[in-house]
Amino acid sequence: MDLLEYQGKQLFARHEIPVPEGIPARTVDQALDAAEKIGYPCVVKAQVKIGGRGKAGGVKVAANAAEAREHAEAILGMDIKGFTVHELWIEEASEIEAEYYAAIVFDRSARAALVMLSTQGGMDIEQVSAESPEAIATLHVDPLLGFQPFEARRLAFEAGIDADLIRPIGDFLARLYETFIAEEALLVEVNPVIITPERKVRALDSKVTLDPSALYRHEANSQLRDPSDEDPQEQMARDRGLTYVKLDGDIGILGNGAGLVMSTLDVVAQYGGEPANFLDAGGGSKAEAITSAVEVICSNDKVKAVLFNIFGGITRCDEVANGLIEAFATAAPTVPFVVRLDGTNDVEGRKILANAKLPGMHTAATMNEAAEMVVALAKGESV
Amino acid sequence: MSVLVGTDTRLCVAGITGSEGRFHTLNNRAYGTNVVSGVTPGKGGQDVEGIPVFNTFHAAAEQSGANTAMIFVPPPFAADSILEAADAGIETIIAITEGIPAHDELRVYAQIKRTPGVRLIGPNCPGVLSPGKANVGIIPASFFKEGNIGVMSRSGTLTYQIGNELAGQGFGNSSIVGLGGDPIPGTSFIDVLEMFENDDQTELIVMSGEIGGDAEELAAEYIGENVTKPVVGYIAGFTAPPGKTMGHAGAIVSGSKGTAAAKAEALEAKGVRVGRTPTQVAQIAVEILGG
Repeated sequence: MDLLEYQGKQLFARHEIPVPEGIPARTVDQALDAAEKIGYPCVVKAQVKIGGRGKAGGVKVAANAAEAREHAEAILGMDIKGFTVHELWIEEASEIEAEYYAAIVFDRSARAALVMLSTQGGMDIEQVSAESPEAIATLHVDPLLGFQPFEARRLAFEAGIDADLIRPIGDFLARLYETFIAEEALLVEVNPVIITPERKVRALDSKVTLDPSALYRHEANSQLRDPSDEDPQEQMARDRGLTYVKLDGDIGILGNGAGLVMSTLDVVAQYGGEPANFLDAGGGSKAEAITSAVEVICSNDKVKAVLFNIFGGITRCDEVANGLIEAFATAAPTVPFVVRLDGTNDVEGRKILANAKLPGMHTAATMNEAAEMVVALAKGESV
Repeated sequence: MSVLVGTDTRLCVAGITGSEGRFHTLNNRAYGTNVVSGVTPGKGGQDVEGIPVFNTFHAAAEQSGANTAMIFVPPPFAADSILEAADAGIETIIAITEGIPAHDELRVYAQIKRTPGVRLIGPNCPGVLSPGKANVGIIPASFFKEGNIGVMSRSGTLTYQIGNELAGQGFGNSSIVGLGGDPIPGTSFIDVLEMFENDDQTELIVMSGEIGGDAEELAAEYIGENVTKPVVGYIAGFTAPPGKTMGHAGAIVSGSKGTAAAKAEALEAKGVRVGRTPTQVAQIAVEILGG
C-alpha cells in the first residue's frame, strides 16, 4: 500500500526523523487556514501517489495569503499523470544548501533490505543509477543483525558526504531503517534529503510503501487507505474479499488460483481478446463467492463477455456449477458467459450447467477452446 | 526416486486440529503418506483420528520421529511455527500458509539459511507430491501418476492445469514441487533443478514461473551451466500491467523488472523451450520425450 507524501512524513515524525512542519488540507479554505498557521513563505504541495509533481505544477511556494489561495485553487482538482489531486499538504518553506537521496528497499532478490545513499538528490534516481551508478552507495543489511552504525558510516563515506555530516546522516539512516522495520515497509524513500544552511538534515519528501500482509498488526496505518482514489470495481472486490485487478479490455475473467487466472488472461490475449480484469475467486466454490465475483465483473460497463475458468482440484466442478446457477439467479448477468470446467467432477459440472439452460451460458472443456469462444462472443459473433 | 517427499517422509502437521489442517492431513494420510504426528500448543496428548498431537515440534520430533513438517497455521503465527520446526531440527518444512508478512519471511529465510540441514518449501505453496509415494500439502493427487517428469511451479492451480495436460499426453511425474507465490520463497527453482538433475527417475523438468522477481532469470543461468536434462518452461503474466500485484504477493512487475517477456527470453537464450499455453508445454514434452 502506497502512502501520500504527508502520510509518510507523519510516519517519519513518529520515528524522530526531522521533517518540515506541515498541515494537510482538502479545501481551499482549509489550505488558507493551514498557511496562516504555518506562516509565509509556505509551500503548497499536491498529494498524489505519482512522481514528477513539481514539473507538473503541483508544488508552488506562496509568499502571502493571496498566493496561497491562488495556488490552492489551481492545484486542487488538477490532473497529474492521470491522478486527480484531492488533497494538499501546506508546509513551511525550507532553506536548502544541498540535496541528497536516501532509501531503503525490500530487495526480494537479495532477500535483505537494501540501503541506498547518494549526494545527487532531487533528481530522478533511476536516471542517476543509469548514468552514474557509482554516485549511489549501497549496502544490504543482515535481517537478523539489523543496520549497524559502522554500516551507516561506511555508506556516508562512500557516498562522499561532508565530514561534519557523517554522523547526522548516519543517524538519519538509522532512523529510516527503524521506520522501515517498525512499520513493516517495503520501501521508504526520501528524495531529497536536504541539508539546511545550519547544517541540519531533514526529509523534504517521502515515498513509503507498506506491506499489505502486515497491516493487521498496524491499526493506525491500515486507516490510511483512501477509498476515494480506488477504482470502484477494485473497491467493491476488496470489500467482498476478492482479489481483483482492473484492466483496459472488454472480456471479464475469473478463475481459481492466481497463476491460472494470469495464464487465462494470456491465453485470451493470444486469441485476440482484451481482458477487462484479473479476478481470483480463490479455492472456494461457494455460491456466495461466485455471486460476488459475477457482480463485481459485470459492474464494469465495458465488459461484453465473461470467461469463467475453473480447474477443479479440491474444489469440485459440480459444486461450482451449482454455485453458478445460484449466482445467475441473484446477479442476473446480461452478457454472455463461457464456463470452462475441468478437473474433479467436470463432466457432472458441465451436465448440471447444460440442464440449467442459463441465458447466454456456454460451456467448454479446455482453456484454449473457452478463450476462443469468449473472444468471438465479445466481438458479437455467435459460437 | 523422487525429491523432497517420498517413502522416507515422516510427517508432522502444525495446525492439525484446525478444520483445513485436519482435512488435508487426513487426505495426505489416505494417499499413503506416513503422518506420524501433529503440533498444536495446548492440545498435546489429544489425537486426530489416531494421529498423536504434541505441544511442541521438539516433542513431536523426539517422540514421533518426524522429519518433515507441514505448516497449516494462520499468517500471524506461521513464521513462529516455521522457526520452531527448524529449531527442533525438522529437515523439510513445507509451509502452505498464505499471507505471511514480508518482514517475517525475511527473518525466517535468514534463520533457515544459517541452520544446516533444514530446508523450507513455500510459504504460500500447495506442497509437494511424489506420485505413488507421498503427498504433503493440498495438491489433488488423483490427477497425477508416477512417471519421469519433474514439475516445479510458483502457482498451485496452474501446476494442476499443466500436470493435467501432461497426464493427457500419457506422462506421469517423479515429483511436483510447489515453490509458492510469495516474494521470498524458502526454496528456489535452482535448488529444485539441482535435485531433479540428480534424481534418477526424472528425465525432463517442467518449470512454471510467473511475473515478479528474478528467480526465472537466475534459473536460466543455472540451467545453462549445470543442467543436462531437458527443461520446458512456462511463464504466466504476459498481459499483467506494471505495478499491480496479480493475486500472489510476489507476482508484480516493478517498473520494467520482472516481466514475463524478459523471463521467457532469458530461458530461451539458454535453450529452454517455453510453451505459450499450458497445452503447448505438454506438446513440447511430447516432442522431446516421444509420446
